[in-house]
Amino acid sequence: MITLNSVHKSFKDKHVLRGITLEIPRSGSLVVIGGSGTGKSVLLKCILGLVTPDRGQILLDGKDVSVGDREAFLDRFGMLFQGGALFDSLNIWENVGFRLRRGPKALNKSDARDKAIEKLRRVGLGPEVANLYPAELSGGMQKRVGLARAIATAPEIIFFDEPTTGLDPIMAGVINDLIREIVTEMGATAVTITHDMTSVRAIADQVAMIHDGTIKWHGTVSQMNETTDPYVDQFIHGRATGPIAALR
Amino acid sequence: MTQINIAIQQFLGAIGHLAFDFLAQIGRIALFGMSALRHMVTGPFYPREFFTSLVQIGWFSLPVVGLTAVFTGGALALQIYAGGARFSAEAVVPSIVAIGMVRELGPVLGGLMVAARVASSIAAELGTMKVTEQIDALQTLSTHPMKYLAVPRILAATLSMPILVAVGDAIGIMGGYLVGTHRLGFNAATYLKNTVDFLESWDVGSGLIKGAVFGFIVALLGCYHGMNSGRGAQGVGRATKSAVVGASVLILASNYLLTEVFFTS
Repeated sequence: MITLNSVHKSFKDKHVLRGITLEIPRSGSLVVIGGSGTGKSVLLKCILGLVTPDRGQILLDGKDVSVGDREAFLDRFGMLFQGGALFDSLNIWENVGFRLRRGPKALNKSDARDKAIEKLRRVGLGPEVANLYPAELSGGMQKRVGLARAIATAPEIIFFDEPTTGLDPIMAGVINDLIREIVTEMGATAVTITHDMTSVRAIADQVAMIHDGTIKWHGTVSQMNETTDPYVDQFIHGRATGPIAALR
Repeated sequence: MTQINIAIQQFLGAIGHLAFDFLAQIGRIALFGMSALRHMVTGPFYPREFFTSLVQIGWFSLPVVGLTAVFTGGALALQIYAGGARFSAEAVVPSIVAIGMVRELGPVLGGLMVAARVASSIAAELGTMKVTEQIDALQTLSTHPMKYLAVPRILAATLSMPILVAVGDAIGIMGGYLVGTHRLGFNAATYLKNTVDFLESWDVGSGLIKGAVFGFIVALLGCYHGMNSGRGAQGVGRATKSAVVGASVLILASNYLLTEVFFTS
């Protein structure tokens, strides 16, 4: 469904992506793992067109994502950002219903609010939070609101950028379970980037490891557990020694 | 000798580099401004964001503009009286205060105060949105940041600034009137008559046009630096500083150009 062919991206003299080639199948859950600063977020932003690749091609259903109706293209996606990226100036239901109130299929205020509250309920939040502002919520609640916003229009493809970063293990588990449930019930294609191995095992059907700007390894979760690839082995066991240089 | 040549070349190179950076920055701001103008005339439009900006920029700037104007008008009256006394021209105080306020001090000082208050606030707000990925989130929600964030603010500042200038002019003239009548012994009716008689509609109109241009500059620089903010608190701080400094310098430069266009032809 999503195909990346030799995607390169540099920021000044820093080469972040050095030829990423990857197939993301429809209705599956792919988790991209890799150390901090290896270009995982840049990869997602390249697919969404938030960052323009220097070279290479990104295809969605065989069509180049850089051409065509951008709004229609983005309507197929939902994204949960690392820090939630909730709009400070809008209350919770307005955040969740942001896209519902815009575009050709825009709902009126009352319907959008009802739908936003329904989505909030789906992520375990009651209607009492609807009129609060993001600053009034805890980090875990903000992630849930971000998740509700990402699924508000039932997109075909959902990206999760470090969904459990900064959360306690229990809340991280709750978010992982929610992601798994929602992706399964919506039949959506999910791409998650994380370096949390608990998340990987909870969410992933397929795992891809990014290192040095390229995909070093790609396979299923069970293959990941059995692989002898030294990069994957070092990463999933969190070893300080191995082919991945660790600064001390 | 060779080392001196190399040092001179490096010095000139550094100056050239700075000059090119400066010109590139002007070019980027100009492109940003043209893009904002283009988005102003093509939908979708966001009236709620526009009216919120109108209140934030226009209404909440009234106190600072009013206070600046009243003290400036009063000080101007004292200065002109003292200066005019050297050649027995104290009677010109009402007309000079009025002309000085509506042509120059009202728009320029109002513009600078709004630059300090509004450009900084816009740059800090949008810079924080950039750093916390809210601007990326907007795009993933099929909303153009230029239309949703920049256009309402630029439009609100451009439309509200002439009103602020008009209010500032009136308060400044009132400041001069109060000092003139209570401190300098002018007759109240004569002061008002001289003020009205000497003021022409173009004096007021030119100041209002300047106000609109300064409003555009303030919001444009705030939005540009905010939306192009660097990472972290330092990036947002730098964006805020650049917005205020840039807007202030551009206000003063464009004031000179507008004065040339309005009053020397």
